[in-house]
Amino acid sequence: MIATSLAASATLYAGNIDFNIEGLTTSFWQLTIDGLSYGAIYALVAIGYTLVYGVLRLINFAHSEVFMLGMFGQYVALELLGFTPSGNAYNEGVVMTVVFLGLAMLFGMAVSGGAAVGLERVAYRPLRKRGAKPLTFLITAIGMSFVLQEFVHYVLPEIWPGLGGTNAQQPIKLVQPVEVFSIFGASVSNVTIVIIVAALLLTLVTDMIINRTKFGRGIRAVAQDPDTATLMGISRERVIMLTFLLGGILAGAAALLYTLKIPSGIIFNGGFILGIKAFSAAVLGGIGNLRGALLGGLLLGVMENYGQVLFGTEWRDVVAFVLLVVVLMFRPTGILGESLGRARV
Amino acid sequence: MSTENPAAAQPDPTELLRGPQPDKHGVGDAIRSWWNGLARPMQWLFGVPVIALIAILPVWRPPILDTPGTDFGGVMAQFAMYALIAIGLNVVVGQAGLLDLGYVGFYAVGAYTVALLTSPNSPWNKMTESGFFSEDWAWLSCLPIAVAITAFTGLILGTPTLRLRGDYLAIVTLGFGEIVRLLADNLTDVTNGGQGLSQIAYPHLGETEDKPYGVFSAGNTGGNLNSGVWWFWVGMVMVIIALLLVGNLERSRVGRAWVAIREDEDAAEIMGVPTFKFKLWAFTIGASIGGLSGALYAGQVQFINPTGFNVINSMLFLCAVVIGGQGNKLGVIVGAFIIVYLPNRAMSIEIGGQSLGDYKYLFFGLALVVLMIFRPQGLFPARQKLLAYGRQIYQAVRRPSDAPGTGPAPSGATTEVGG
Amino acid sequence: MHRRTARGALIVGVAAALAVAGCSSKTTDGGSSETSGTGESSALSIQPGVLLDSAGNEVASADVTDAADPAGSGNATCSGVSLAMAGALTGANAALGQNILYGAKLALDKHNQANPNCQVEMETFDTEGDPQKATQVAPNIVSNASIVGLLGPAFSGETKATGPIFNQSGLPFLTASATNPTLTENGWTTFFRGLGNDNSQGSVVAKYLTGTLDAKKVCVVQDDSDYGVGLARVVTETLGAAADPACSASVKTGQKDFSATVSQIKGESPDAIWYSGYYAEAAPFVTQLREGGVTATFSSGDGTNDPEFVKQAGESANGAVLTCPCVPAPAALADQYEALNGQAPGVYSVEGYDLTTIMLKAIDSGVKDRAGMLEYVKNYDGQGVGKKYQWNDKGELSNALIQIYKVN
Repeated sequence: MIATSLAASATLYAGNIDFNIEGLTTSFWQLTIDGLSYGAIYALVAIGYTLVYGVLRLINFAHSEVFMLGMFGQYVALELLGFTPSGNAYNEGVVMTVVFLGLAMLFGMAVSGGAAVGLERVAYRPLRKRGAKPLTFLITAIGMSFVLQEFVHYVLPEIWPGLGGTNAQQPIKLVQPVEVFSIFGASVSNVTIVIIVAALLLTLVTDMIINRTKFGRGIRAVAQDPDTATLMGISRERVIMLTFLLGGILAGAAALLYTLKIPSGIIFNGGFILGIKAFSAAVLGGIGNLRGALLGGLLLGVMENYGQVLFGTEWRDVVAFVLLVVVLMFRPTGILGESLGRARV
Repeated sequence: MSTENPAAAQPDPTELLRGPQPDKHGVGDAIRSWWNGLARPMQWLFGVPVIALIAILPVWRPPILDTPGTDFGGVMAQFAMYALIAIGLNVVVGQAGLLDLGYVGFYAVGAYTVALLTSPNSPWNKMTESGFFSEDWAWLSCLPIAVAITAFTGLILGTPTLRLRGDYLAIVTLGFGEIVRLLADNLTDVTNGGQGLSQIAYPHLGETEDKPYGVFSAGNTGGNLNSGVWWFWVGMVMVIIALLLVGNLERSRVGRAWVAIREDEDAAEIMGVPTFKFKLWAFTIGASIGGLSGALYAGQVQFINPTGFNVINSMLFLCAVVIGGQGNKLGVIVGAFIIVYLPNRAMSIEIGGQSLGDYKYLFFGLALVVLMIFRPQGLFPARQKLLAYGRQIYQAVRRPSDAPGTGPAPSGATTEVGG
Repeated sequence: MHRRTARGALIVGVAAALAVAGCSSKTTDGGSSETSGTGESSALSIQPGVLLDSAGNEVASADVTDAADPAGSGNATCSGVSLAMAGALTGANAALGQNILYGAKLALDKHNQANPNCQVEMETFDTEGDPQKATQVAPNIVSNASIVGLLGPAFSGETKATGPIFNQSGLPFLTASATNPTLTENGWTTFFRGLGNDNSQGSVVAKYLTGTLDAKKVCVVQDDSDYGVGLARVVTETLGAAADPACSASVKTGQKDFSATVSQIKGESPDAIWYSGYYAEAAPFVTQLREGGVTATFSSGDGTNDPEFVKQAGESANGAVLTCPCVPAPAALADQYEALNGQAPGVYSVEGYDLTTIMLKAIDSGVKDRAGMLEYVKNYDGQGVGKKYQWNDKGELSNALIQIYKVN
């Protein structure tokens, strides 16, 4: 403990970091609003991590690549619909834009969901059948993560010219961010509203699925006690596959929302850092806990934004990692604690 | 399988008491048992020519091994570095069973220590005209400092995090690896950020007319004895030292504790093994070896910046250990050779505008997944030797039991634990 | 049953929506009155403006009639010597490296066609503009004994990282684009810079901003590359009081989200913004600036000065002021370049052409090794297409010209 704090303070000193508290207070609400929109995206991806961990006790490292593939999926959908990349935003009118975005989101969800299920089928199921150690699962997950990244990096451009490769995709912007209203001096743009509303809706739907449907009961049962669930007639394999599918679909939705915010972020390693942050969010809120994932995601997004103004833009990612380490050290069960496997109280 | 005489009416009781013998089949096992049968001086007698042969390889450049398109000496130098890393990571992952995904962080700390002390871009530059930090001696002087500081970093990293298990430890170490890289990138006043630190000191040896900067400088491109070869020899020496050190530890109480922790940490704790202390040992030793390799790297390339220490290299290091055989310190060296040699060999082959060597992350990721599914113990599974004189004891007690009726052979003297 | 009908309805609905969407025409061809964005960035392009010398005075464009011709005498003989080019040929800033390579190719083509007994090859080494990758590539260049001259590296960071390697092995390396002033202060004897450095570019553009553009408050934003940091330092020093420290920011290579910097700049309301870096970050940066409502003039240096910047930033690039210590290609050369390479010349194409010409002339005059090439280049004094080439003992050109461009 002492050693770590010594190291931390030495770092702060060496970095000549002056705390920009003034910057934080002047744009506090703007930072909060922006942070919430980032946080919503983290939350959607975090749900994928949390569900899989709850059911399988496995950190699905490759979930970040599922997200990345979702980004490419919705990009392909937009290209198929006839859009071409350009520096300016298209203006199709509100209704048509919603339709196009909805179609792209569905396609992205399909790609992500398919990738997640494929991942489970190809990489994790054979290991389960062979009774592998948890270490083996982890190593395989990491391997798959890099396989998918490098596939998009080098192989995809050969199969589909213009897609993948070293550079980010040229952005196809359907929505021009404009301020819709202002609250406490912070401007809220249309993109922010879409992201937060969509994320909340999706989380709500997922929560209802987990808590009100038969399928959700199956998930909770397998998370609580896999053997008894099998004895009660629940097909474990089916539940696992559907869990991955659900996580993947949410990641696909998050992918579209992310590209709305950062149009030039569609690149082969665009999922990696975001995945780690989403996992940090899941841990922060309580791994295995759906509402914890939402809370953790929003909290992480906001704190990250504060951190980048307080310490400097370049320290943004460090905030997420440090938060992860601190949470794991002092409260590994997270803020809301694990609950997927427990009866809901 | 006990060698039962089918005609015997009863099984020989000494066979049952001896316990199950490991399956003896295959070339690997035959070599292994032959090697184990030799006395230590005989092992050195066989080993030294092999080492000499490996040392001569980059000078002789047999066409079957040569890498067109890139310098073979440079490839071997890189191999020596990766072998060192693989040995260090093997201690952490293979021996103690702690999945460390941020090992590249230790590599970075070692490299940056040397760079910060010797680069003119650094505010902590210690170079002087003569003495320990003169141009000739600076790199060598920085070597123990780099190892010490990296070991200390391992200590700092391990103390708070080694209470965690399995998945969580992996993620936290991954986070730490990234934090180290981000610190190097962001603390621009100290590390010069993305611009990197250049003109790092290297050992000045053999300065002559046509080699005004010495044999270790990057400018030594002459023929078969170029700078890569010299760095390879230095690396080899380090690898041998590391092997001796780690081997000794393996056969001691520390090594046995690591095996116990790896197999079942709770049981080890109950049996009185101070697990936290030995996990920290593993971390620190692994870190120091990683730091040593980083210092080698900094001296060889003479320029470092944070992009070289990203997490995908951690994956590559893990690949070397896993492919070679977790827990087998010679196996991971072979793993490191595969990781370094194959992409360089494939560099001249082009597929669709990209040289095949660029696909290395894809191939090694695939290899990792396939190996984990079908052969998780790696190419050369570890067979643990847990006693310092285990071989001699085993042979000593084995011979009397060949003659019937002389008493049961104690089976607990050595335990051959399958990796 | 329930699920099946729901699923069926969903599929039909999606198919219908797809059909409707696919059949409708996108408002791409400027039909609607609202902003229809497409690749109509041909409306915007980078136009050359004034040409200034290092003191900031206007000079006329150079006369190209007596420029060195790579074809030479037409009866040169050579064998076993080749040239190399190292730079960003793939990656986020690949257009800059490609410009140099294509310029070099034009010179090589002219030479090889005119001299049937002297066919010179140029081997390319892709560094992606990354100093780390460059250090892995450099040993391959120096270990190839037939390479007697290197055109490159392209970026300042990679030059700094690999310079010692080339210097120690005696290989002359002529850069067409690396502008960081400290490169010539390393004591290298084989380095030659084919264009003005950032000391002149930075000071000239700072004076232009405060003088001609009459900016009282300028925000200086830099990236983390060697080039960006060095150039920003010179600009900030020359701007003096006009550079506002409250809105100076630094961004990282590969950064895509600049919202924090944008809100910081918006709060300060500057007259102009200077970005010191490459186009891969400049394009999203200027886009987000305009989306954030910042209307100040955007200016940047040679790293941004490429049609890719305009293509990626779209309308947001309108009105940007870009500079370069390099000169645009004269019409005749531009036509030949386009005929060979299929695209118009960009920044550094002329420098790539000129430097390759110099190295080819060295080979034509009988140079067979690196020492010979070094001697020839050291003592060279001649007129190129863009400027006069004569180097001082540190490897700097004796005169430097800065070209101002504008995106219109």
